[in-house]
Amino acid sequence: MILVWLIILLMGCGSLAWLSGRWSSTLPRIISLAGITIQVVTIISFLMQYKQHSGWIVSYTHSWMPSFGIQIKMAADGLSLLMLLLTSLLGIISVLISWKEINEQVGFFHFNLMFVLAGITGVFVALDLFLFYFSWEVMLVPMYFLISIWGNENKTYAAYKFFLFTQGSGLLMFLSILGLYFIHGHSTGVFTFDYEQLIGTKMTPQTAFVLMIGFVIAFIVKLSTVPFHSWLPDAHTQAPTAGSVILAGLLLKTGAYGLIRFVLPLFPLASHQFAPVAMALGVISILYGAKLAFAQTDIKRLVAYISVSHMGFILLGIYAFNEIAMQGVVMQMIAHGISTAALFIIAGVLHDRIKTRDIDQMGGLWLTVPKMGAMGLIFVLASLGLPGLGNFIAEILILFGSFFANEPLTIIATFGLVAATIYSLRIMQKIFYGKERTQWKVADLSIREMAIMLSLTTVIIWLGIFPSSVLDISRKPVQNIIEEVNGARINTEIQHYSHIEKKGDNCSINLAVFKDNTAHIKK
Amino acid sequence: MNIPMEQGLLLAAVLFCIGLGGVLLRRDIIFMLLSIEVMLNAAGLAFIVAGAKWGQADGQVMFIFILTMAAAEVSVGLALIIQMFMKFKSIDTDVASTMNG
Amino acid sequence: MKELLWLIVALPLAGALLLTLAGKRLPRLAIAFIGVGSVTFAAILAIVVGLDFLHGNAAGIPYEQFLWQWINVGGFSPNVAFNLDTVSLTFIFVITFVGALIHLYSAQFMWKEDGYARFFIYMNLFVAFMLVLVLADNMLLMYMGWEGVGVCSYLLIGFWYKDPANGYAARKAFIVTRIGDTAMAIGLFILFITYHTLNIHDVLAAAPGKWPVGSSIAVTTALLLLCGGVGKSAQLPLQTWLPDAMAGPSPVSALIHSATMVTAGVYLISRTHVLFELAPIAQNATAIIGAITLLMAGVAALNQHDIKKVLAYSTISQIGYMFLALGVGAWSAAIFHFMIHAFFKALLFLGAGAVILVMNDEHNMFKMGGLWKKLPITFWTFLIGAGSLTALPLLTAGFYSKDKILWLAYSSDRGSVWLWLAGLTGTFITALYTFRMVFIVFFGKTKGEPTYRPGIFMTIPLVVLGLLSLGAGFIELPDNIGHVTLLSDFIEKTLPATMVMRYGNNIELLFQIIAAMVAIGGVATAYVYYFNKPFPAAEPERTKLQNFFYKGWDFDLLYNTIIVRPVVFLSRIDKNDCIDRCYTGIAALTLTLHKLFSTTQNGKLRTYATVVAIGAIVILTIIFYL
Repeated sequence: MILVWLIILLMGCGSLAWLSGRWSSTLPRIISLAGITIQVVTIISFLMQYKQHSGWIVSYTHSWMPSFGIQIKMAADGLSLLMLLLTSLLGIISVLISWKEINEQVGFFHFNLMFVLAGITGVFVALDLFLFYFSWEVMLVPMYFLISIWGNENKTYAAYKFFLFTQGSGLLMFLSILGLYFIHGHSTGVFTFDYEQLIGTKMTPQTAFVLMIGFVIAFIVKLSTVPFHSWLPDAHTQAPTAGSVILAGLLLKTGAYGLIRFVLPLFPLASHQFAPVAMALGVISILYGAKLAFAQTDIKRLVAYISVSHMGFILLGIYAFNEIAMQGVVMQMIAHGISTAALFIIAGVLHDRIKTRDIDQMGGLWLTVPKMGAMGLIFVLASLGLPGLGNFIAEILILFGSFFANEPLTIIATFGLVAATIYSLRIMQKIFYGKERTQWKVADLSIREMAIMLSLTTVIIWLGIFPSSVLDISRKPVQNIIEEVNGARINTEIQHYSHIEKKGDNCSINLAVFKDNTAHIKK
Repeated sequence: MNIPMEQGLLLAAVLFCIGLGGVLLRRDIIFMLLSIEVMLNAAGLAFIVAGAKWGQADGQVMFIFILTMAAAEVSVGLALIIQMFMKFKSIDTDVASTMNG
Repeated sequence: MKELLWLIVALPLAGALLLTLAGKRLPRLAIAFIGVGSVTFAAILAIVVGLDFLHGNAAGIPYEQFLWQWINVGGFSPNVAFNLDTVSLTFIFVITFVGALIHLYSAQFMWKEDGYARFFIYMNLFVAFMLVLVLADNMLLMYMGWEGVGVCSYLLIGFWYKDPANGYAARKAFIVTRIGDTAMAIGLFILFITYHTLNIHDVLAAAPGKWPVGSSIAVTTALLLLCGGVGKSAQLPLQTWLPDAMAGPSPVSALIHSATMVTAGVYLISRTHVLFELAPIAQNATAIIGAITLLMAGVAALNQHDIKKVLAYSTISQIGYMFLALGVGAWSAAIFHFMIHAFFKALLFLGAGAVILVMNDEHNMFKMGGLWKKLPITFWTFLIGAGSLTALPLLTAGFYSKDKILWLAYSSDRGSVWLWLAGLTGTFITALYTFRMVFIVFFGKTKGEPTYRPGIFMTIPLVVLGLLSLGAGFIELPDNIGHVTLLSDFIEKTLPATMVMRYGNNIELLFQIIAAMVAIGGVATAYVYYFNKPFPAAEPERTKLQNFFYKGWDFDLLYNTIIVRPVVFLSRIDKNDCIDRCYTGIAALTLTLHKLFSTTQNGKLRTYATVVAIGAIVILTIIFYL
């Protein structure tokens, strides 16, 4: 029940915020902040109580449209709770960062913000495929409004592009969901959208592959893998700071989560077939994203391409199918969410003050804004993978894990670390070091902004030094998923011989084959 | 003397085509209306011929219907033409093409 | 007492943290106190812990201190744990002791600079990371220290950030070393996939059983680790960053780019010596790289006019000696030379820094001269350092350490006469460029007047390091002169002894005499060419060949053409992402089709009527005839 209440809470706060926006500009902000804080507290209390749980920690089922087999089925295990924690944390950060930045239609802004968070929460806990798709679409529309109303100069183009890309790919996913629904229905007679019942649906490998592609395309587009990444730079650049934080920190991770939670367990054999392609796409993303990041002069566009590059690591790690890489993926989702959010905040804070995002016009800003410089330095070092910060743990786990799966691709991916150095240091040099191009008179970080940055810093350093606090929580869910994706492959190969194992008799092999043949004749 | 039905229908068809051609090719709205009248009368002629063949009065009754309808239509049409002329100051149908694109 | 091992690392970290939080509000004296004090206390602790470690532990059994479990994922469980043995103890001693002296020096050297607190934060962080590097008991923690010192080096080289050239030098250093780090990371992958652990002790114990000598996987792994070492220690072919790194303040050059960080490669190779012994090709490669580097860098040093660049190339050259030693299996000799080199090179850099400071930031040697009377203490300590670098016989510590390497380059079972000759030629060149530097800077006509004498806090470290450069050599005397083997005994508790093939006291004596004569010959040649000669107060005129050497054999040009420019070019032309064209292409196509179809809506009644008529005819035809 609590999961439904979390979503209702967010939606309710959003609606209240919209209404209260008529009378005051501060009231929506306070209401939103209160709502997300309650959510954070709830989730932390869950995590505290159920640490090494296996299986679902919280779950809720209620029938919605029984004639179609649609239920409101939500459940959270360690992985989902970690993602929800990230959601609420970044939600608080985005409300705080837009405190002074958004001044028109404040109520509607917070309504959209809350609904995006509600949609994301739904995505992370939904276990009914229809509900999942529903939440997926709920995420899109408020985000579209966030970009197109409060965005920067090219907001309409960016909003349209974002919406078309994700909506279009989501449609492919919906076709796959329907395909899965009907195939399961025809083979077992039960028409249901329930995730747990759909696992292990018997399909021919070709059908499974085609259906999997539908899901995969939706998630890869969301994850912004090359060649489907084009929406990301425009959307991130034109969105307001809070929008960028949520886009980069959360929306991209829903794609990764979808791959882990849905694609791998539902289509294990097809996933194994697709793995080399996926890993290659991941590596291409890492390097191509890095190359593009190096060439940009718009600071937000640069950070957006950094996201493309880091998401390549995630794709590489997911398709390595071992525990080390998958734990690295979980870590990368959290660490990247935090570090990229921080970089976008710095870009947004700078943009607020000097009204430009062009790094060719900046330079030597360490003198005027040393605190911003220091924070920028920490997160630039995080994005290049300095040990002692969370991103290093993530990247190193992914690389070690995928080295087991595919050595040449991992070696190429490791050179992504050098590429990361090149673009990250460029940020520091062009903005904070060097000669002052223009005499900017800027104020340093305010107390509110400093509090946000310090909390993000603390988290990223904590993740780097004590990653076990996160990895312990996700260990069981990750192990379950790895078992499902690796075990099922072996199971299909010994399906024919399962009854022989029970008898343990050599003659029975012939009997079984004979039985299969005769069964065919009987029909 | 009896005129074969085919000739009558042929006449009706030719008249219809002349009328259709007039509607499609004339730019003047009044001439388009005239051509529509020709088409209507051609259709009526076809009815009369058919009625004569079967020796029933239905054909001629239909013709009276058509005449009545044509009269009503012409009066409405002429009213619309006057409105169009007042708006566009011309009776060229190509001028009234603002619902384009 | 040994349990306080973690405190040695924690003290500089705490110092850095304290200065980050409160640095803006503290007075300079407090900042200096915290910055210098943390490392000094760490040095004292290092001595205390070391004594406790050695007490009753004649066999040198390592002491392991587990702090916390860092990562534990699917069998991959590197911990944050420290491993103290004789090798790491030597390194800790050098890092903290020399580090403390350099911090003391820089308290006065950087007194007038902006960002005083920032400097000490970075320096303290560096010391902390370097200590983690040498104390780590598993390779992932060592990699953390490895990267950490790289970052601190970047921050410190680019300390004076207002000049973009400094930023460029800093980035160059970081990126070039990162290339080596990447190779090392791939080596770590191979190690993990084979041994399922990265704990150094476990890997080295299991390696001889798992990999046969000379197997390709052992050679690959060892070569990859060698690449990491080559990057960090600025050997061929990744040596281009070190001369540019002189853009940082002199204490930084002293600490990072002579005494500690650049010796991380030496530490790595000696730590993983078992792997190198299993891969003779890799070990030979180490020796050859060392030999070639020491010659190339020496020749380059001979053509510099910037005093710090001479010392930078000299560092590259001396580390070449250490690599040479590692390559022939002379583990304790390499570490001995590391220790002595740390003393005299830090001394030389601090002295050079003092000279630069009092000459109003003048780096060009040819604009100095006759300073031996004006700056006596600086001169005498500098002379001692130079003598140690040149390996002047019997007096200086450098003689004993370098001589040991030369001897083992010949006599070890992996040595050869060519390696010895390379080392010997290097000695001559070293003597030549070192005393060229001494004579130009301190003798001859005075070109510029020093504005003041260096202060007491800058002088004390010079003196201490000077004494060490003279006296520290006596802990390890060769067989035929006293036969003191304190250090090698100490080191050989952890690392294997060198297998000596060809020996005999007479040959060793002969080699020592040759080496001594070569060194003195180099000094004499320098005397003839550079003592009291009139020089133009500017960069010297160089022939084309000399220019080539001056530019460090123009590796910069090579790398620029082959790597840097193509990458930058490829980035720039695709700035707007050609893949995006596909999607904007689809949008453009849709727009074109829209324009096409919208021509049918022309608002003309006749057109519509025509279309209706034709359509009706077509449909009726189809219905009646098909």
